[in-house]
Amino acid sequence: MSDVAYVRTEMVPEKAPPASQVGPIKWVRENLFPDIPNSVLTILALYFLYLALSALLPWIFHSAVHANSLNECREIIREAYGPDAVGACWGVIVDRWHQLLFGFYPQDMYWRPVTAFVLLLVALSPVLFSQVPRKMLMFTAVYPFIMYFLLWGGSIWLPLSVMFGFVLAPISHKIVAPLAGNLAGVIAGFAVPILWWGLAAGPVAEYLHSVAPVGIEYIESAKFGGFMLSITIGITGIALSLPLGIVLALGRRSDLLIIKSLSIGFIEFIRGVPLITLLFVASTLLNYFLPPGTTFDIILRVMIMVTLFSAAYMAEVIRGGLAALPKGQYEAADALGLDYWKAQRLIIMPQALKISIPGIVGTFIGLFKDTTLVSIIGLMDPLGLSNAIRADQAWNGILWELYAFIAAMFWIVCFSMSRYSMYLERKLQTDHR
Amino acid sequence: MKKSAFFGALTVAGFAAAMASAGTLDDVKAKGFLQCGVSTGLVGFAAPDSNGNWAGFDVSLCRAVAAAVLGDPQAVKFTPTTGKTRFTALASGEVDMLARNTTWTFSRDVDLKFTFDGINYYDGQGFMVPKSLGVSSAKELDGATVCIQTGTTTELNLADFFRANKMKYEPVPIETNAEARQQFLAGACDVYTTDRSGLAATRATFENPDNYVVLPEVISKEPLGPLTRQGDDQWSDIVRWTLNALISAEELGITSANIDELAKGTNNPEINRILGTEGNLGGMLGLDKKWAYNAIKAGGNYGEIFEKYIGEKTAIGLSRGLNAQWKDGGLIYSPPFR
Repeated sequence: MSDVAYVRTEMVPEKAPPASQVGPIKWVRENLFPDIPNSVLTILALYFLYLALSALLPWIFHSAVHANSLNECREIIREAYGPDAVGACWGVIVDRWHQLLFGFYPQDMYWRPVTAFVLLLVALSPVLFSQVPRKMLMFTAVYPFIMYFLLWGGSIWLPLSVMFGFVLAPISHKIVAPLAGNLAGVIAGFAVPILWWGLAAGPVAEYLHSVAPVGIEYIESAKFGGFMLSITIGITGIALSLPLGIVLALGRRSDLLIIKSLSIGFIEFIRGVPLITLLFVASTLLNYFLPPGTTFDIILRVMIMVTLFSAAYMAEVIRGGLAALPKGQYEAADALGLDYWKAQRLIIMPQALKISIPGIVGTFIGLFKDTTLVSIIGLMDPLGLSNAIRADQAWNGILWELYAFIAAMFWIVCFSMSRYSMYLERKLQTDHR
Repeated sequence: MKKSAFFGALTVAGFAAAMASAGTLDDVKAKGFLQCGVSTGLVGFAAPDSNGNWAGFDVSLCRAVAAAVLGDPQAVKFTPTTGKTRFTALASGEVDMLARNTTWTFSRDVDLKFTFDGINYYDGQGFMVPKSLGVSSAKELDGATVCIQTGTTTELNLADFFRANKMKYEPVPIETNAEARQQFLAGACDVYTTDRSGLAATRATFENPDNYVVLPEVISKEPLGPLTRQGDDQWSDIVRWTLNALISAEELGITSANIDELAKGTNNPEINRILGTEGNLGGMLGLDKKWAYNAIKAGGNYGEIFEKYIGEKTAIGLSRGLNAQWKDGGLIYSPPFR
């Protein structure tokens, strides 16, 4: 007799997991409704999201794009979406976008800032990404002069003659150092180019221009405006404040009394003063001190002030990175017999800068957004232009459309900077977390 | 103390140096263009169009001066100045003249060392309220919330007015006209107060302008005019008489349309003197004989400029009111050209 009632001879086929344990349902349950408090929060958040979007989306899309004045916009919107519809008047952006981007720069010259911007990306690429060939750094070094020439124009000899000053530095060092010792060589390396810039560069450029007038039309600074102005000031400030900040941070940690107190004094003075005060100094006070008739370009003045301002903050960020390094790193560098500069370059700075990346990028983003303060001293940055555009009778009364456009542009730039910093942090991460 | 004395001395030295420079007229002629300080953007008075060309009531005055001095109304470069930077820009010589709806006051004229070269617009502070508030006079505004731009004379005028009438108000401080407009429409304040030209310009941008009224009271005098540095009398005379030429042109019926006809000579000796066909008024100013002809030709006479930029046919829709010719009951009056 067979008392085995049932023997399974083959495996049961696998069943699909229960619906609640798979796919979107599982995700929703785990992430949105895991327990009662979280479910309540989710529902509340969804509700607020709905409130915001239901007000915002109709405004954005019930809009008038082709209109020549605010009243025309209103008529178009009323006709298309009913008498009570409120919508954005994007006509103002269509009419004025070029002004928001380039200010009063002559329209047939727009290729110049555009080329400068594209070349800027090219010049930045070897700095930002290590995959790009190192030889590109040569271009990066020359780029500031190209940018100046493209944006302002004028004779090509002026940037070339200023550039020649940088060539003079190593040459004079090489000539003087064997004759009068290393220190004299260093001093000559600094003094000769400064003398060149102060005394000879201008006249030489003028002479060369009279011999061979090569150049493009000169565009004065007063024509600069919009995002072009923000980016010009921002990029200059960023590019110059990092090295200046490193020098200041090292100065502050130095054992040499004078260098240390000068660095501390500079940093604490600048950090104790609001940027807007410095901008007012640049725009109004300097005018009194300079001899009358001197035209010291206002944008240049602002660039200098912005650079000094962010350099002080940068110095403190980098000092934080230096302080975070274990003492052993300094001692190890000494033990290897490296001198001060070699130790900084090969051991200390790479680590300190890596630690400070988030802070550095934060300062950069802050600096870029701070450039909008220049509208208070009458420069036509995007915010200043938004006021000027509203002064046109056709667009008086427009507010959010302009601000939305400006905010979007700023967001793009700042968000890319922040993304890049995250990329850099991941790439440089050498410890195991 | 020592430090402030040092900076003070530097400032004074700067002023002195600025004044010691050659006459502004020579500077302008040497440069070949006029550097004119204007507002960073004020509806009807100064605004750049989409090509970056400035236009407006104040801007026209700059162009008229440029035309009088250099013969070309386009030979102007505009420096946008804010309320905070305008006086330093003029004092330091960054601009040659300021045409930036600036109120002529004692302290600006005397203490800040400027010369006001006439008045091109008589403004005054007023109030705007929604019709639904049911107010027909500013005297009924006791207890109202008032949107007011901070740091301007309007703030002080408002305090004076309410104190004189033994009324209370609650200020809602705002920074710019655009912000005020937004707050006022959102109902954050019952009343918006600023210059009446500004109120009219703002009201014109509302979806339903008819729901708002500008109250009849004018609580301050705001004579707006061009100004120049004190101590350069020749240059001040040029700006003053250019403005007077525009005003006289309206009074005498010289328009941009008939000026060429009149410039051939008329029976009215004053017209002839202005247009340079008789006498040599331009020479006395150190200018060309045709100076006033060029100035008027640039943008028309005072009345034409008014109608074009802020008059009743524009969106702002200001009536002449105080700014009518003296013969029509206004205050616009030019001394005779003789």
